[in-house]
Amino acid sequence: MILVIDLCCRGGSLGFDEFVRPIVAIVERSGFDVAPIHFRRITENCLSEADAVILCGTPLADHAFLKEPAAFAWLKETRLPVLGICAGMEVICTIFGGSLGACTEIGMTRVNVTGDDRLFQKESSFSAYELHTFSCTNPNNLEVLAISERCIQVVRHPEKPIFGVMFHPEVRNDWVVEQFLTLSGKYRITP
Amino acid sequence: MKLGVLCSGGKDSLFACGRAMEKEEVVCLIAIRPENEESYMFHTPNVSLVPLQAEAAGLPLIEIQSAGEKETELGDLRQGLILAREQQGIEGVVTGAVLSVYQATRIQQICHDLGLWCFNPLWYIDQEKYLNSLLEKGFKVLVSGVFAEPFDERWLGRPLDYSAVTLLKHYREHYGIMLTGEGGEYETFVLDAPFFTKRIEIIEASTDYQNYRGFYRIIRARLVDK
Repeated sequence: MILVIDLCCRGGSLGFDEFVRPIVAIVERSGFDVAPIHFRRITENCLSEADAVILCGTPLADHAFLKEPAAFAWLKETRLPVLGICAGMEVICTIFGGSLGACTEIGMTRVNVTGDDRLFQKESSFSAYELHTFSCTNPNNLEVLAISERCIQVVRHPEKPIFGVMFHPEVRNDWVVEQFLTLSGKYRITP
Repeated sequence: MKLGVLCSGGKDSLFACGRAMEKEEVVCLIAIRPENEESYMFHTPNVSLVPLQAEAAGLPLIEIQSAGEKETELGDLRQGLILAREQQGIEGVVTGAVLSVYQATRIQQICHDLGLWCFNPLWYIDQEKYLNSLLEKGFKVLVSGVFAEPFDERWLGRPLDYSAVTLLKHYREHYGIMLTGEGGEYETFVLDAPFFTKRIEIIEASTDYQNYRGFYRIIRARLVDK
């Protein structure tokens, strides 16, 4: 089961339709069971039942998730593959000691793959949809896998299958989510 | 949160309005009336009838006239949003964008500049499920314009019902149209919605069709009890 986490300011908000539902649809189309859940409702139990986790984006004006780092402390301990999208990447960046800075991108931009990872083997450069007002300015120990002209676009944890993407793969880049799901079985680290 | 809904009179904006009403407080509709029928941003046929829809929904309407030229119409949209904030205190905007990155990017940018939230509840929705949901919820929609092969004149004024959706699915397979008309293949007008207290009755309309391009222009219409 793939746990798809809603990072919007409250559960069942209007942002769910725009940022969570399209990800749920890609996971379902890929043939996986999916369980959407709001970030404040994550429990050890639901994590224990998941095979992988996707942290979804939020509306451009929604930054409530950044004020609640305790709700994401589980990321430090988890052995699950994780894909953080936009807001999800911002969470991954801060939880692992990095920092964010103001950086607004709205619309399509060119993403250049600079690192080596199976997740991005298919493309060395692609056009992607951006919708953010922050970016990861200091990734700390996270490896940088791709950049745009303006900011870091993809990071990965040096030892765990935890990825952050700044762009929104649900718009014209479904393949990123599909590739993550395909690889997530192989990434799984046995406790 | 107080929201204004960008309303063209078509199915997407009014379905998005209904969805927003389930989650937040919709305080007004905002309509941009382009003089140019080729408007890049704003759906054109029958947008002049949005006031009847606003009345049926019991919502105030903020209306802005636009020349409908490629980049100046964005300034008109901005003015409309500023007016909606001044008059109705909106904190965010709802659109019916389904797949258009062009449209969504520009509206997101204006909302960001103005410090407004922006919501697109139909964004990348499954188009077939969406059309079925539109019909199941009781929206009454007609086709108000066609702009692509193989739409013929009989589509003008045709209700968007289950048989129309079946034919649209056929067109999707054989002509590559988008089921929702997001590529500009067809336009719609909403006569009734679950949140309307009255429905719109068309008294007089005319059609204008040539070479897979046509308009259904509503000349006179009124609100009647449901």
